[in-house]
Amino acid sequence: MTTTTVETSAPVTDAPRPSGAVRGRGRRGPLALLGSHALLILASLIALFPIVWLIFLSLGPDKDDYLHPGGIWKKMSFTNYAFVLQHTGFFDWMKSSLIVSLGTTVVGVLVAATTGYAVSRMRFPGYRKLMWVLLVTQMFPIAVLIVPMYQILSDLQLIDSYLGLVLVYCSTAVPYSAWLLKGYFDTIPFEIDEAGRVDGLSPFGTFFRLILPLAKPGLAVAAFYNFITAFGEVAFASTFMLDDSKYTFAVGLQSFVSEHDAQRNLMAATAVLIAIPVSVFFYLVQKNLVTGLTAGGTKG
Amino acid sequence: MTVAIDRATGKPRGDRAPQRPGLGQRVKNGYQRYWYAYAMIAPVVIVLGVLVLYPLVYGLYLTLTDANSLNTARTIGVNHIDATYKFIGLDNYKDILFGPTSYDRFWSHFVWTVVWTALCVTLHYCIGLGLALLLNQKMRGRTLYRLILILPWAVPTFVTVFGWRFMLADGGIINSALHTLHLPQPLWLEDTFWQRFAAIMVNTWCGVPFMMVSLLGGLQSIDSTLYEAAEMDGATAWQQFRHVTLPGLRSVSSTVVLLGIIWTFNQFAVIFLLFGNTAPDAQILVTWAYYLGFGQQPRDFAGSAAYGILLLAVLVVFTSFYRRWLNRNDQQLAI
Repeated sequence: MTTTTVETSAPVTDAPRPSGAVRGRGRRGPLALLGSHALLILASLIALFPIVWLIFLSLGPDKDDYLHPGGIWKKMSFTNYAFVLQHTGFFDWMKSSLIVSLGTTVVGVLVAATTGYAVSRMRFPGYRKLMWVLLVTQMFPIAVLIVPMYQILSDLQLIDSYLGLVLVYCSTAVPYSAWLLKGYFDTIPFEIDEAGRVDGLSPFGTFFRLILPLAKPGLAVAAFYNFITAFGEVAFASTFMLDDSKYTFAVGLQSFVSEHDAQRNLMAATAVLIAIPVSVFFYLVQKNLVTGLTAGGTKG
Repeated sequence: MTVAIDRATGKPRGDRAPQRPGLGQRVKNGYQRYWYAYAMIAPVVIVLGVLVLYPLVYGLYLTLTDANSLNTARTIGVNHIDATYKFIGLDNYKDILFGPTSYDRFWSHFVWTVVWTALCVTLHYCIGLGLALLLNQKMRGRTLYRLILILPWAVPTFVTVFGWRFMLADGGIINSALHTLHLPQPLWLEDTFWQRFAAIMVNTWCGVPFMMVSLLGGLQSIDSTLYEAAEMDGATAWQQFRHVTLPGLRSVSSTVVLLGIIWTFNQFAVIFLLFGNTAPDAQILVTWAYYLGFGQQPRDFAGSAAYGILLLAVLVVFTSFYRRWLNRNDQQLAI
């Protein structure tokens, strides 16, 4: 049987290649490469432009400069930035945003990691239900939760407090993080757990000493996701934070536009200042982004 | 028999005694064997229970009442006013779905939400897949491209949406550019059709990076020997894409598409920040429900919650059909 198949396949290798050019696998012709570059450059420009434009507009000192962008070249200055930093609640907002986002990141990742580990390694009764619940919580429209949450938080005296907002954000960010981390833990061989257990570690010891250090890329992605979710959230923050010294950036930025007056130049400057810390954080973890996300996506 | 069934459901661990122990014994055994699993999921269960499940039940109750900001319990100064809203059964739902102006209030928003979700997710997926394929080649500068292309995801939505508002404003850069090209200049932020167009455009811009990164990861996890085999068999680039790449991406795709649908359906920030309360016809159901509950006076808490429950119902029904469809095609949801 085997010999016959080898014989029949032999002439195929002698057949001439259909195309004349000998090319390595995965290589494209120069024209295709040029096309790829052109498309990617176009896409990069589209991705960059709104942000670059925002930065450019933030340099125009007058509030209607965004309508005459040509004029900005001549009177470009950093006065908006100086004003925002000195005369607005910028640092208060920054403090609230960082407390809330970092709080959500720490609490969320810790909680999601234990859950992800439990659903990755242990088939306990109720496992499927938990996974289903985690999926369903993704679907909760804020409209159904926001009123009752408001009532509960005010009963618990947590309106206008950082802790309340952190807890609310955890409830939205944790389910996806747990999923993500479950996928990542699945890629770590079970033998490592078993070796840990044989050497006398408790289940928690295995988790903290062996698995967590190995799962750093996954944790970084989950942390990033939590941070971004908390940092960029608008609806809960604008409903639950009433004291303007506790506004997060998402709420504070809207306070520049009132019904009578829109200080768009200051808004642009604030927006740029906000984007900086997030982008820094983002580029710190981006290296692990693809690995972590795919681990969550490809493994069942 | 029992063991075989157990294996089939993927629970091969631990040999089970041939005789099933009593209930008390089983609870005790289960507790001993799984207590650390339960301890590990306890924080999530508690947080979700207190902050999601309880509000959900409470919200469900609110939808059966006529609660609004004038009759709920509140404190003005030192006076505490007790709640006076009453139970009215399913009237809210009846009114929303079949009431006199239900088309303007619910169905038009519903249709627009469905169109919005379908268009946005399709665009996200197609553009994301295209860019992922481009980035997956061996070429110079692909790390740089990737870094730039992820930027719309890295910068928070509420920042980028303001950038877009500047650009879409009446005398903004986009209309100036269209003017230079002698093209018509739509009123992006005022005309209903163009509001919708702008919303989809901005949301596509915001949502592509997530799809791109996920699909890029999916592409990189496809076994490269499959491509070698396909090339040996003389498959063209299109055939390779059709028969190797797409099947290889199936599990990632089914997951990110589902997440994309859920997230887009509930996308609040883009439309809320782009239009505020100014565009009643461009509001999707989520922002519309928020407007009912918090954007008007008196605040209609019951109506807002009822919209929320309807939204949730749509998503739950959709997801269970989606899962069933995946299972029929022998696929499991990847997460």
